[in-house]
Amino acid sequence: MSAGALQVRLQQLGPIPLDIAFDCAPGETVALVGPSGSGKTTTLKAIAGLLNPKHGRITIGGGVWFDREAGIALSPQARRTGFVFQDYALFPHLSVRDNVAIAVGHVAKEARRAAASAVLDRVGIAALGDRRPPNLSGGERQRVGIARALARDPDVLLLDEPFSAVDRPTRLRLKAEVRDIAAATGIPIVLVTHDIDDALVLARRLVVIDRGTSIARGTIIELSEVADARVREILALAT
Amino acid sequence: MDWQALSLSLQLATLTALVLLPFALWLGRWLAFGRVRGKSVLEALVLLPLVLPPTVLGFCLLLAFSPKSALGGVIASALGGPLVFSFAGILVASLIANIPFAVQPIARAFEGIPENVREAAYVSGLSPWETFKKIELPLAWPGIFTALALVFVHTLGEFGVVLMMGGNIPGATRTLSIAIYDSVQGLRTSDAALMSAAVVAIALVTIASVLAVSRRRNLFSVSNRL
Repeated sequence: MSAGALQVRLQQLGPIPLDIAFDCAPGETVALVGPSGSGKTTTLKAIAGLLNPKHGRITIGGGVWFDREAGIALSPQARRTGFVFQDYALFPHLSVRDNVAIAVGHVAKEARRAAASAVLDRVGIAALGDRRPPNLSGGERQRVGIARALARDPDVLLLDEPFSAVDRPTRLRLKAEVRDIAAATGIPIVLVTHDIDDALVLARRLVVIDRGTSIARGTIIELSEVADARVREILALAT
Repeated sequence: MDWQALSLSLQLATLTALVLLPFALWLGRWLAFGRVRGKSVLEALVLLPLVLPPTVLGFCLLLAFSPKSALGGVIASALGGPLVFSFAGILVASLIANIPFAVQPIARAFEGIPENVREAAYVSGLSPWETFKKIELPLAWPGIFTALALVFVHTLGEFGVVLMMGGNIPGATRTLSIAIYDSVQGLRTSDAALMSAAVVAIALVTIASVLAVSRRRNLFSVSNRL
C-alpha cells in the first residue's frame, strides 16, 4: 500500500458546527478524543465522503479528495477509505467472505474471492468465511469489519469507536491486533474514541474535539501541559 | 363457478402487483431515505385510498377517466376507446386503490436498513445502483414480498372501485367479487359459496406465506447491532 499524509480542514456553521484541523502522517495513528456528540464521527464521515461540509479541504498525499473552494468533492466510492463502523455495519444477508469480497471491487473479477480470503486470513478469521454476521460474536464481527476495511486497499483507515461494543478481553486482543495492522499497513489511521486508554495504546498524537471544534492537539505529554480547562476536563472524563 | 371471472381476477391481481412493484420500490425507498420537505403530505396521499370508501374512490376515478372529462378524453383518443368499462380501466383503478398496500410495506422495509449499512456499502466502493441491487433489495425482500402478496390478495377481493370503474361486463370487467355479488342477487347461492371458498382459499395461502416470510429472523435484531 502506498499513501501520503492525510490533511483535514473542515469548517461549517451548521447544521452540525465544525471547525476541525489536523494532519496524520503515513503509518501514524491519530486519535480524535471528545465527548459524545462532539463531532468525531462527523469528521470521519467527512473524510470518507459520506457528508461534505460547507468549507474545507481534505488531501491525501498529492491527491485532493475535497476542496469546497475549488469545487472538488470525490464520492465515497472514489476516495479509497477503509471505514470500521462502531456497530460493525456488516451486511447481514451475506457470508463473511462475501462481506469482504464486496470491498475488493478494485481487483480483477476472477481474483476477488482469493483476495477476500487473503484478507480474512490476515485478520485471523479465515475459518469464519462461510458464516453470516448474525451468527458471530461481537469480537468476530468487528474483525470482519476490519477485514472489509482493509480489503478496500485503503489510502486511509478510519476507525469509529472500534472497541466500544465488545467485552474487555476481546477489546484488549483487538487493540493489539489493530496496533499490528497499523504498523503493517503504513497508511494514516484516524481513530475515534471516547476512551483515553484506547487512544494511548494506539495513537501517539491526540486531537481533542469539543462541540465540533478541534481545541487542542499533541501527544498526551503535550496535552497534559495545556492550561485550557475544557481540554483538561475532556481528558479527565475520557480516563 | 364463474371460471372466466376467476381467470380475470387472477390476471388483474397479477398485473396490478407487477405493474405497481417498480413504482412502489421507487416511492417506498424515497419515502424511507429521502430528506425533503412535504414528505408527510405525500405519505398522506399514499394512504388516502386506504381510508376512502371504495365507492367514493371508484366514483372519483369514473369522473376523472370518463370520456367527457379532459383527462378521459385525451386517454380515449389515444387508446381508441374510453378507459372506463374496460379491463384497462379496472387495472388503472386497481393500481390506484392498491398504492398504500404496495408502498407502505416497502417503505417500512427500506426504513429498517440502518443508514450505516448503506454507508458501509458506499465506502466499500459500491455505487448507489450496486448498493440497491446487492444490499438494499435483498434486505428489503420480506417487505417487498409482503407488498406483492397484499396487493394480489386485496385486488382479488376488490369490489367497489372495480364495479364503479368497470361495471359488470363478462370477460372484460366482471371479477370474482362481482360475480359473487351477481350470484347472490340471482339467488344462485351455491355458486356464490363456491366462488367465496375459492377467494378465501387463495387469500389464506397468500397471507400464510407472508407470515412465513416475515417470521424469518430479523437480520437487524438488537443482538446483531451490538
